[in-house]
Formats: sequence, structure tokens, C-alpha cells
Amino acid sequence: MTLLLVALGAAIGAPLRYLTDRAIQRRHDSVFPWGTMTVNVLGSFVLGLVTALPSDTAVTALVGTGFCGALTTYSTFSFETLRLVRDGNRFYAAANVVVSIVAGLGAAAIGIILGAAVG
Amino acid sequence: MDPDVDPHVLAAVSAGGVLGALARYGLAAAWPHPAGGFPWSTLVINVSGCLLIGVLMVIVTEVAPGRRLLRPFLGVGFLGGYTTFSTYIVDIYRTAEAHAPWVALAYLGLTLAGAVAAVWAGWEAASRLVRR
Repeated sequence: MTLLLVALGAAIGAPLRYLTDRAIQRRHDSVFPWGTMTVNVLGSFVLGLVTALPSDTAVTALVGTGFCGALTTYSTFSFETLRLVRDGNRFYAAANVVVSIVAGLGAAAIGIILGAAVG
Repeated sequence: MDPDVDPHVLAAVSAGGVLGALARYGLAAAWPHPAGGFPWSTLVINVSGCLLIGVLMVIVTEVAPGRRLLRPFLGVGFLGGYTTFSTYIVDIYRTAEAHAPWVALAYLGLTLAGAVAAVWAGWEAASRLVRR
């Protein structure tokens, strides 16, 4: 059952990441990877919220492990960071790392505080 | 929804994402970490996924550029679903909260350095093999 919930969450999370990235990247000319940053920060918020709510194995598997895990990505984040370095955009590469991590931690903190207040 | 989205691509991303997430779930379940402990499983998942995306990008651009669904299925789907940024972030937060701020900081830095180095290594190694 847990496996099915993880699979279902990922079946939604991964294409949602693709669609969000596409929608955001086509709206600006910048080489900065706003799309990946958006899904990573959003996913960190949702996962923070889920971990702070009263423990529920089904919700953790579906929303946490499946959906948030597939919505967010470390491989694309690292790949895009390295590509910025290789293209000579070192400032953008550093900004991508710092802003993704700081905004991700901030979003997770808000999710955790919100989850603790509701749950 | 964006009318230009190819449903085959979307299905490939979704299917790859499911397989990647299940692989991550299996590894994490086999290798849990206590509160305040070092999240080794997520580090290994993220760094190995980064090594593979480095290799994949060479295959997609130089070996099999005509394979339309290869990158959506393996890159965006499988490796995107396998690696995770949200668990990385929440683990940093929870580890720091469990009075292990140095473990949290070491985990943050090691994952980041390992991931970027792994993409580079995978890319370089695959490029050299291809050019032979």
C-alpha cells in the first residue's frame, strides 16, 4: 500500500515539476533557472508542513515521499548550477545555490510552524 | 494547460518519476537515520543521481540526440524523481533542530559539493568515452 501511495504521489509530482518549469522558463529571457528553484522551494514548504502534522503513514508516503520527492530535484539543480559555471555565469551559479537553499529552509520553516499550529 | 505539451513526453516524465521515487523510497527505507544523525541515504541518493545526470546529458546530446523521450523519461522523470531537494532541506532543518547544527552544516556542504562534483565527473567521464 505504501509503495502505491509513493508511486501515485510521484506520478503527479514529476509531471507537475516539468509543467511548472516549462511555464516559468518561457516567461523570461534570463538564463537563471527560476523554474527549478520554484518547485524546489514549493516542495520544501509542503514537506515541512507534512512532517509537522500529526504522523500519518499514508499522507507521508503520498505527499511527502512521493509528491514532494518527485516535485523537487537535486539532479537538475546541480546540473543547472554547473552549467551556469561552465557558461561563465559564476555569480548566477552562486546565487542559484544560496537562494535555493536559504529560500528552501525558510519555506520549510514556515511549513513546519504552520503544520505545528494546525496539527 | 500549455497546449504545446506533448502527452507522450508528459507520460514519460510521470513514469520515470514513479520509478525514481520508488528507488529512493527503497534506499531510504533500507538505510534510516536517527534524529540528529547524518542522513547518509539521502546524500548517497542525491550524489549518485547527479553522477548519472552528468552521464545522461552526454548520451542525450552526443550519443542518441534523436531519442525524443530519453531525456524526459530518464532525466526529468527518473533522476528527477530519484533525487530530492525537499528531503535535503527538511533534513537540514530537523538535524539542526535536534541540537546537531554541525551535523546539519556538514550535511548541507557535503551534499552540495558532492552533487556538483558528481555532475562534473559523470559529464567528463562520459565525454571522454564518447570521443574515443
